[in-house]
Amino acid sequence: MTHPARLRDSAPARQVAGFGTFALDAARALRDRRTWGPLLLEQMRRLGVESVPIALFIALFTGIVLALLSKYIFTGAVPIYFVGTLVGKAIMLELGPVLTGMALAGRVGANIAAEIGTMRVTEQVDALETLAYDKHAYLVVPRVLAGTLMFPVVTALAIALGVTAGYFTSLNLLDLSSAEFVKGLQIFYKFKDIWYGLVKAASFGAAVTLIGCLQGLATSGGAAGVGRRTTLAVVYGCEAILVLDAFWAVVLL
Amino acid sequence: MIRFEHVHKAFGDKVVLDGLSLEVPEGQTTVLLGYSGSGKSVTIKHVVGLLTPDAGAVTVDDQVVHELDWEGLTELRSRIGYVFQFAALFDSMTVGDNLRLGLVRRALEPGEIQERVEQSLRLVGLSDTEDRYPAELSGGMRKRVGVARAIALRPRYILYDEPTTGLDPVTSAVIDQLMIRVREELGTTAIVVTHDMRSAYTVGDRIAMLYEGRIRQVGTVQEIQETDDPVVRQFIEGRPSLEDPRDAAALSGGSA
Repeated sequence: MTHPARLRDSAPARQVAGFGTFALDAARALRDRRTWGPLLLEQMRRLGVESVPIALFIALFTGIVLALLSKYIFTGAVPIYFVGTLVGKAIMLELGPVLTGMALAGRVGANIAAEIGTMRVTEQVDALETLAYDKHAYLVVPRVLAGTLMFPVVTALAIALGVTAGYFTSLNLLDLSSAEFVKGLQIFYKFKDIWYGLVKAASFGAAVTLIGCLQGLATSGGAAGVGRRTTLAVVYGCEAILVLDAFWAVVLL
Repeated sequence: MIRFEHVHKAFGDKVVLDGLSLEVPEGQTTVLLGYSGSGKSVTIKHVVGLLTPDAGAVTVDDQVVHELDWEGLTELRSRIGYVFQFAALFDSMTVGDNLRLGLVRRALEPGEIQERVEQSLRLVGLSDTEDRYPAELSGGMRKRVGVARAIALRPRYILYDEPTTGLDPVTSAVIDQLMIRVREELGTTAIVVTHDMRSAYTVGDRIAMLYEGRIRQVGTVQEIQETDDPVVRQFIEGRPSLEDPRDAAALSGGSA
């Protein structure tokens, strides 16, 4: 059996401890509002608003494909208005938040890790500290807050477009009437379908941005180090999304 | 006064500082000499708390740096300017904004901030660069902006990390004169990390040589120039060491 001390000193345990310490430092830096306050709106624009096109692109085709798939699955077995049910439920509960999260893990996670990593290897982070700034308050808090606030907004837009795409696909390619699609959409609808997806999206936003910042600040070794940490930020961000997705399904459903 | 007391620092198995002790007198410029990779930059990073010693202590004005809490460290850093080896300018900001960043932190009035930015850029001879980005400047100009960013804070101490490395002789001389001018006009105490002997003799009041993690010798410029210590002599005269037969063979093109 593995000795507890050895388990505590293992690489995964050190990584978890490191992430915990980092998250606590970021939480402590929340008090320094004078530093992160003026930077928040700019980060919301960069991480959120600029991510809308890629999220909408993914949602558009997800809605189309879901409608076509559900027609293929349901034909001859289930009333056709259940196309609306499947499209609505799948996009609101799962595909909207997760696919948007994955896309943003790539765009936002990589962006943050590369930017902060470059600042780290060119001593800009050290320079920031010598100017008496808390690096967590200046670099981490505005990005994590922006991600936590903007991922749900981007996800809500993606859900709306995904369902709309499914609606028009059903009307134009599947011979469903508008009334049939809406009936399917409403039949098992609960308000929870909306907030469940948005709560997940907020947690994905926090995780992806925290991981991006952590990887960026841990960068060493020049351009190769920046590349390595950027890759890790995307990989760990996607993994975190899948783990959180399962966690929320267990806790909230 | 800045004081290093038996400072030890290792990164993994590599011991960089092995009991380093040094005093930096007020109002003087102390040059820290040493081979590349000998730990000169590591030494001065302890002064602003960017690194923490494994043992020993660095004190600034009788405050032990690694024992300070965040507020104490912030206050200490407001008294110290740091000029980085590659300037470390924020590349997403203009030169003016690079200088403003530290001043905004000190909650100065906007008028005073602008005055300090203009004064500091004038002092380094770069008055016309306020709206330019670091990528639009030459290496020497970037280093001068780095100096301007440090002096804009009116620090009591300035730490220069290899300020002339990688510059042509004329630009190096400009940086040397700038460091002398800053000391004369602002009365700062400085540590200059370098392995450029011409620069060391020009700007230094005292010279200390870091060797194998400790201060090998410290003294005035004249004392260092007249030293009998073979290690210091070899360094200041720039004589290669060919005691290792592999090095000698590599230089002559043969094999050891």
